[in-house]
Amino acid sequence: MPDLGLEVLLKGQNMERLLIGLLAALKISLVSVAVSLPLGILLGTLMTWKNPFIKAVLRVYLEIIRIMPQMVLLFLVFFGTTRAFGWDLSGESASVIVFSLWGTAEMSDLVRGALISIPLHQYESGEALGLSKVQIYRYIVVPQTLRRLIPLSINLITRMIKTTSLVLMIGVVEILKVAQQIIEANRTASPNAAFGIYLVVFLLYFFACWPISVAARYLEKRWR
Amino acid sequence: MKNSVLKKFISIAAAVSAILALTACGSQGTESDSQKAETQKEELTAGADTVYRTLDEIKEDGTIRIGVFSDKNPFGYVDENGEYQGYDVYFANKIGEDLGVKVDFVSTEAANRIEYLQTGKVDIILANFTVTEERAEEVDFALPYMNVALGVVSPDDKVVESLDDWNSDDQIIVISGTTAETYLTENYPDIPLQKYDSYATAKNALENRNGVAWANDNTEVIAYALQNKGYTVGIPELGSKDTIAPAVSKGNETLLQWINDEIKALADEQFFHADYDATLVDTYGEEYKEELVVEGGVTE
Repeated sequence: MPDLGLEVLLKGQNMERLLIGLLAALKISLVSVAVSLPLGILLGTLMTWKNPFIKAVLRVYLEIIRIMPQMVLLFLVFFGTTRAFGWDLSGESASVIVFSLWGTAEMSDLVRGALISIPLHQYESGEALGLSKVQIYRYIVVPQTLRRLIPLSINLITRMIKTTSLVLMIGVVEILKVAQQIIEANRTASPNAAFGIYLVVFLLYFFACWPISVAARYLEKRWR
Repeated sequence: MKNSVLKKFISIAAAVSAILALTACGSQGTESDSQKAETQKEELTAGADTVYRTLDEIKEDGTIRIGVFSDKNPFGYVDENGEYQGYDVYFANKIGEDLGVKVDFVSTEAANRIEYLQTGKVDIILANFTVTEERAEEVDFALPYMNVALGVVSPDDKVVESLDDWNSDDQIIVISGTTAETYLTENYPDIPLQKYDSYATAKNALENRNGVAWANDNTEVIAYALQNKGYTVGIPELGSKDTIAPAVSKGNETLLQWINDEIKALADEQFFHADYDATLVDTYGEEYKEELVVEGGVTE
């Protein structure tokens, strides 16, 4: 078996540090997801309304967030708010703000897409049956939209978890930074450790994202 | 053996998740954050764009924030117990001790060091920061505590000791974007360069004899020659000597003055020699001590 340098993980508290790093990443992403999902659903619904003013504002918000790389957003919120307003946000708070802004924008577009994909005749059939507007949404539109949203939002959530690797640029020590620290601290003693440690990081990310996929598959089946 | 590794892995994972389940999402940090924000605001209203904390403010606060590398062994790195270590960190701890405050280490990257000082998010940067004219316009450098120059390493059987009278068939290996590349392009335009993107690829190239020598920061090539048998640093110092120094936010006179006085005072106890012995000697050996260490801020 090739030397993967895994013994490095058993030195001192290295494995614990890696897991604590994973939790730091998960904390940032899951708090942001918890903010993004409801806000995204709200904004996505607003986007399907006919009000041109609301539509324009949301469109600009979405495009700005979508065009701007997350790294730039992180720098803007972490350093920019200090320059402009003198706020001293911690790296974690800045990350949660950026990831929530980003998640909300992307989620709102997913919701908008899912909503307008429900064909017009479904609404009309509901009306023809004498259902009220609330009933049409409750029994016809929302269930179908939710089902369409599941795979899309799982994509977004796992992407948000993985993108937390950028927050090391604003001083937050998360799993990838810990991995780099461990590899570099053992550069001479175990030069092969990089491969083994990145393998472990991969597995940890996998086990963090996998339950989400499983839950999604369960929901998809249940709501069929 | 494998089984016990797995067991340890699982037990650690279980222990950690249990601990974290108990303390998870605790609200530690939020309080100190808001406090920090308040002090920051006061400073901002005090002066138009002074974002830094003066010496007195740091002492009053009881904590100094120092930006260091967390993955540049042996200058600034984190050991297996999660403690910051290295040449820069050794000095940072001394600063904390002599100032009578706690040191709060902030993990910085090469690309965000200046930004951290300009926004006052750290008080001092001690992250192997090379003094350059461009940087000196953005931040204030204190007295230096280490030398850096370029170095050239080559195989033992054909050691390159001079770049003059170069045979134009021979190529020198460099990493793109480094000072070595800039320096050679400017000063030795006739020497053909072989450029690589990363340390690992450049290293492979030298080992495969794609070039006759490898030029890089001398700390890098010295460490390389010591760790790999069959290679010698033929040119340990090339070009202008640069220095590494602590940096503070532009205009933070009180802190800058204190650091300068501290560096001068530490010369009496040969502090940076002791720092070298504690942190760098394993990587660079005794023979480069005088070349790398700057004591009392005095360079020849």
